[in-house]
Parts: sequence; C-alpha cells; structure tokens
Amino acid sequence: MEHITLLIGVVIATALVFDFTNGFHDTANAMATTIATKAMAPRVAVAMSAVLNLAGAFLSIEVAKTISGGIIDEGSGIRPQVIFAGLIGAIVWNLVTWLAGLPSSSSHALFGGLIGATLAAVGTHGVHGDAVVMKVLIPAVASPLVAGLAAAAATRLTYRVGRNAGEHTARRGYRAGQIASAALVSLAHGTNDAQKTMGVITLTLVTGGVLAPGSTPPVWVILSAGTAMALGTYLGGWRIIRTLGRGLTDVTPQQGFAAQTAAATVILASSHLGFALSTTHVCSGAVVGSGLGRKGAVVRWGLAGRIALSWLVTLPAAALVAAGAALLADRGPWGVVADGLVGLVVCAGAWALARRRRVDHRNVNADEPAGVRVAPVALPVAVPLTVPVTAGAVRTGTLAATIAAPATAAPKQAEKEAAL
Amino acid sequence: MSVDWGSLATVLVVGVVVTLGLVGLFTLGIAGLSRQEAAVARGTSAPAARVGGWACFALAAAAVGYGISLIAG
Repeated sequence: MEHITLLIGVVIATALVFDFTNGFHDTANAMATTIATKAMAPRVAVAMSAVLNLAGAFLSIEVAKTISGGIIDEGSGIRPQVIFAGLIGAIVWNLVTWLAGLPSSSSHALFGGLIGATLAAVGTHGVHGDAVVMKVLIPAVASPLVAGLAAAAATRLTYRVGRNAGEHTARRGYRAGQIASAALVSLAHGTNDAQKTMGVITLTLVTGGVLAPGSTPPVWVILSAGTAMALGTYLGGWRIIRTLGRGLTDVTPQQGFAAQTAAATVILASSHLGFALSTTHVCSGAVVGSGLGRKGAVVRWGLAGRIALSWLVTLPAAALVAAGAALLADRGPWGVVADGLVGLVVCAGAWALARRRRVDHRNVNADEPAGVRVAPVALPVAVPLTVPVTAGAVRTGTLAATIAAPATAAPKQAEKEAAL
Repeated sequence: MSVDWGSLATVLVVGVVVTLGLVGLFTLGIAGLSRQEAAVARGTSAPAARVGGWACFALAAAAVGYGISLIAG
C-alpha cells in the first residue's frame, strides 16, 4: 500500500464522491413507494435504507469483479487519469438528472463514463464491446419489462386474493410487507451498487500498480465504499423519490408491496445469473407495472416516456462528458486539475440550483412531482369558504356557522396547505 | 456475439413466478388473519385461519432468507 500516489488518492476520493451521488440518486428505488404510501416516515425510511446499503456492501463481491475485469480491459494501458475522467463524467450526469428529478441509472452513468474515457484515451480495444452489449445494454431493456410484468401480475393477484381482507389487518399487513420488501431492495442495492464503486477503486489500484491484476477489493475499500453510499442514501434524493413515488402513478400500499417484491426478486435473480443490471430501471419498471395491474390506476405515460428517454441518453451523455475529460486529463497534471475544477463547479452549481426549489423530507409527498405539471387545484377566493373545507369541519349549507368557527388554528392549517 | 437468451428467459420466468409466489403467500397470510379479525369481532375465534395465516408469513420469510443467502453465497 506504500505506493498510493497523490493521483491515485484523488481518483479514490472521486470514486467515493460518485458513490455518494449514487446513494442519494437511488434512495428512491428502495423507498419511494414506501414513503408515498406513508408506510414509513421519510427520515426513518432513508435511515433504514442507509444501514441496509452498508450491510449489503459486505454481502458479496461478485459484481465488483465484473467491473474491474469485465467491460474495461485492464491490460490495455488504462491509467488512473482515465478512470478519473470516467468518474467525472458519471458524477456530472448523476447531478444533472437528480436536479431534473429523473430516476436515471447511476450504473449506466458509471459505465458510460468509463467507456467514454477509455475510448478517448486508448481507443476501441480498451473496451470489451461484447460484454457491454450482453452485460449492460440487454439487461437495460429487459429488466424493466420483466419487473413491470411481474409487478402488474402481482398487483392483480394481491387485490384479488385480499379482496375480502379486514381493513385493520390489511393496513397493518401491507405496511409490514412494504417495509420488508423495501428493506430487501435496499440490501440488494447495497450489494449491487456499492460493489460497482469497489470495482472502480480496485481497478484504479490495479492500474496504478498497487494491487496485482485480478485482486479482490481490500476490506478498507469495501468499508469506505459502503459508507459513502450509505451517507448519500441517508441524505436522500428527495426529488427522485417524489417522481417515483407520486409522479408515475398513484401508489396504494398493495401496489407498493407488489412493486417492491417484484423489484427485489428480479434484482436478486439476475445478479445471481451475472447480469449487472440497473436497480433504477428495475424499480421504475415495477412501479409502472403496479400501475397497470390495478384497475382504475392511471399511469402517466408522458413522464414514463421522459424517464425512458433519460435512460437512453444516460450512457452516451456520461460517455461524452468523460471523453472530453479524458482528453483534457491526457495533457498532463494541469488537465487533471482542470477536470477536478469542472467537477467541483458542477457540484456547487447543482447544489445552488437545488436550493432554489427545495425538495426534502417535508414536501416529498406534496402533489406536484418535480417536472410534472399537475393541474393546480383552484383555491376558492373567499377565505371563509376555504377554511372550513380544509379543516374538514363544516359544509357549505351551514355557511353562517362556518364564518364564526375558524379562529386561529384553522387558517394556519389552510396557509400550510396552500404553501405546499 | 451470442446473446444468452437462456439466462434472460430464466430471469423472466423466475422473476414472475417467485414474485407471484411471495405476494400470493403474503396476501393469503393477510386473508387468514382477516378471518381471525372478523371472528374476534363476532366474539368467536378462528384458530385454523390464524395458524394458516402465520404459516404463510413464515413461508414467505423463509423464501426471502433463501434469497439473501443466494447473494451472500
């Protein structure tokens, strides 16, 4: 370990930053429906997800191995600068999509970044084209369809089998089911995505000559990757949670449970078969599927289309940014510094823009998903009329009483609702 | 380049069948406990439904445990 140079240190730090963005970008996958149906309080939900992410990071290192030896050719002369450029591309794209509230795939951003940087730096022989198609592109198309189908069928089934269920039992049961299935998705996310960063750090250490090719990630790599992602998850990507939980369809507890179970099953089944798929694609597909499975549910296809478009763009966009960064980094140390500065500027800019229209645990369940214009509910102009309506106390028939009734508490409530 | 259709088909079949199995079991559990709830409301008890309900939950939990042991393995 004595040979860790400054450059490798910087690359590792950047990988952990990516891991952090991955965490808050993907909190939505595990927790969006659970938060939308109020099965768990938002803060508690992200805390549980963070802990399970960390636990998941220790479960397995299978996926990490496919990254460091799979799609990128370790022996093609890739240097740490190239990986650095790839990470910059991935981070930039993750932040842009997070601002837009779009659940794009962090894994695709990472793959795209690495592929773009490698292509720009060493040419086509540095990338295993077959592996990209088989391990990245095909699962990207197939996994949301499979998860959607499973979720639609499961939603239909649970409504049918549970149609005579007592109200009290059903409420408690589906709540428990949602928490359990969300926990499983968090765990699966930890094993899948934390490992991708572990793989990148290991790849860096291998290209820097610190580790022998084909090494498994050291424990400190596993621990730091898991922790960075758990921190990001705990911070919560509330924008994307809102899109997934409220934007695509109105999720009932039954749907949330069916969607999460389908997502967890598909992720586990395919990682067992060696597909490095995107948790995001699976979870979005499952949410849409659960909307199709319930009679009377509306799927907002416009938003679904926009999300699908962002999936198509993610890999090439991250690749393009990373290719530019790689060309710059190739010029020498000042190029690497310039890349780093660009990355920092984008981070700061995204953070500043996000503060202007804040989405956090307080308004995550508000009725206007990021980027979706829901027709605003016309607020009645006459104040005495709106107050009793929001307070739920009196109807229009007894208007005389309503004007007298609201004193202090009710107007405050109305204000709060109007502000949301 | 050869596309591994076999693995894809496996993911499709396993994904759909296991999801339906888990969700079905869990909902049966809820239905079982609901009968108990209804029986209690009538002042009686439905022990078979209650035991069956919990058995369904236990089976679903066991399946989840198996899934976790698969990724950890």
